[in-house]
Amino acid sequence: MASHARSPMAAPQSFLWTRRIVLTLLAGFVLLPVYVMVSSSLKPLQDVSGKFQWIPSELTVQPYFDIWETVPLAKYFVNSLIVATSATVLSVTIAVFSAYAVSRYNFRGKRVFTVTVLSTQMFPGILFLLPLFLIFVNIGNSTGLALYGSRGGLILTYLTFSLPFSIWMLIGYFDSIPRDLDEAALVDGCGPIRALFQVVVPAAVPGIVAVSVYSFMTAWGEVLFASVMTNDETRTLAVGLQGYATLNDVYWNQVMAASLVVSVPIVAGFLLLQRYLVAGLTAGAVK
Amino acid sequence: MTAVTTDPQVDKSDRVTSTGTGDARRRLPRIPDRIRRGGLPYLLLLPAVLLELLIHIIPMAIGMMMSFRQFTQFYINNWAGAPWTGLDNYSIAVDFNAPIGEALLHSFLVTCVFTFFAVGLAWLFGIAAAIMLQENFRGRGFLRAVFLVPYALPVYAAVITWAFMFQRDNGLVNHVLHDQLGLTDAPSFWLIGDNSIYALIIVSVWKGWPFAFLMLMAGLQNIPRELYEAASIDGAGIWQQIRKITLPSLRPVNQVLVLVLFLWTFNDFNTPYVLFGKSAPENADLISIHIYQSSFVTWNFGSGSAMSVLLLLFLLVVTAVYLFFTSRGRKGSHG
Repeated sequence: MASHARSPMAAPQSFLWTRRIVLTLLAGFVLLPVYVMVSSSLKPLQDVSGKFQWIPSELTVQPYFDIWETVPLAKYFVNSLIVATSATVLSVTIAVFSAYAVSRYNFRGKRVFTVTVLSTQMFPGILFLLPLFLIFVNIGNSTGLALYGSRGGLILTYLTFSLPFSIWMLIGYFDSIPRDLDEAALVDGCGPIRALFQVVVPAAVPGIVAVSVYSFMTAWGEVLFASVMTNDETRTLAVGLQGYATLNDVYWNQVMAASLVVSVPIVAGFLLLQRYLVAGLTAGAVK
Repeated sequence: MTAVTTDPQVDKSDRVTSTGTGDARRRLPRIPDRIRRGGLPYLLLLPAVLLELLIHIIPMAIGMMMSFRQFTQFYINNWAGAPWTGLDNYSIAVDFNAPIGEALLHSFLVTCVFTFFAVGLAWLFGIAAAIMLQENFRGRGFLRAVFLVPYALPVYAAVITWAFMFQRDNGLVNHVLHDQLGLTDAPSFWLIGDNSIYALIIVSVWKGWPFAFLMLMAGLQNIPRELYEAASIDGAGIWQQIRKITLPSLRPVNQVLVLVLFLWTFNDFNTPYVLFGKSAPENADLISIHIYQSSFVTWNFGSGSAMSVLLLLFLLVVTAVYLFFTSRGRKGSHG
């Protein structure tokens, strides 16, 4: 079953004990905040305001109802969903075309393009935040096009990290697909675009899923652009969750409940698709 | 548990990788000439090039331009009107005896220390977990899924939970350290003051190590099983196999991984911002927060841009030096 098992020999006790200890400690470290999140979301407010208790004195699901009232969580949820989905679809679609061109063709400027894409990937977001902010404000002033504060503007800024990553990963993945496959299609009289969609894309599904998962997750968790580029109407979850802290009190039980609610769909989706991520990384990045 | 079993998928892509990397490039000229010479590749690239211009190239040009001007909030609507000041923003930023330069240098050094520990620990945890989960045993799939949870959790939800745990009066950390173990005389502050750097490193490692785990796990799939079999026939124990086969085989993965972890950690904004808010404690004042603070809180865009450009130059130099040494090493080890 485990085709990459290390050795047919039985592992010695020293290894087994090290493994037990290391894995237990790591699992404890990883799960501690998860436990705090879940248990605190089920506590009444006086419990989370006082000393921490490992075991709630009283279980309540009230925070899960209150979260929708305290802040417009549903609106933020929809905003995050629209922004993250659009950014993912846009960047992956564009990346498929350009990665195909780079992987399958020789052309002048290919090196300039790949080096540019690779290097923009390492630049800090803060570098683009100021100029993009200014561009959006000025486009708005001169044309009336409301980019600043709009979902469309935010989607564009999210391409700054998802597009180069998608292109870079997909070039690696397409390179790993044997050329014979699409060349055969070309010889059979298929156009290059048909060869892309009928041969390369189906063969690259794990890579495309991996890139999509990454883009979506990064967009869903992004804080920097979301905190500058949104207004009350377009606010995403990343910024909206700060609304549970008022001047007098932080509703920690609601913060935890809301964190859990916004995390469950994405964690579940990720765990379902993670095998594609490992497969995508194997071919695309780890060579 | 079927959802977390990766073996069949990975095996398939293994095979594809090994045939694809070397041979494929040599076969390139076989593509018919009419297609290779045409404008098709440019057409395919057009959307990406246009967007790259819009989101990367033009903003960078504007950022450079801003860094040579005295750019405050009064000029947001009229950037061409901002007074030209030449290199003033730069000389102020690197004047380490004056307040602005001193704060920038401090923030830079804090970021270096933070990055060193955060990347080092994330890598250590990642490699330990990847090696320990390489072999099949009961619970392996479950643990792999558990270890990936911090990677999947949205940053703000995870970091906000840590912020709650680090609360002075109602947090878990002080409850355990002070109330339960009695290690501290009084409940400590974790999100302000000297301890904040520890809190920041812990949260960053918690969030970052699963990525190292993921990359190294993918790298382990590429090690041919025959190597281990041959070694075990020669009498090498499991520890020796890890030292002599696993670790050296992971070298190419480690080279990419360390660079990527370095860049992400050095540039990280999300973690400190959610943990501390708009202005971080002095001890944990990471460079990206510092630039954000200088730009959007004190509204000095020119100075913020100059700092961004300096940060970019630093990252470019480090990356170039790193790539130079690692690629030389790679040539040396493979003939």
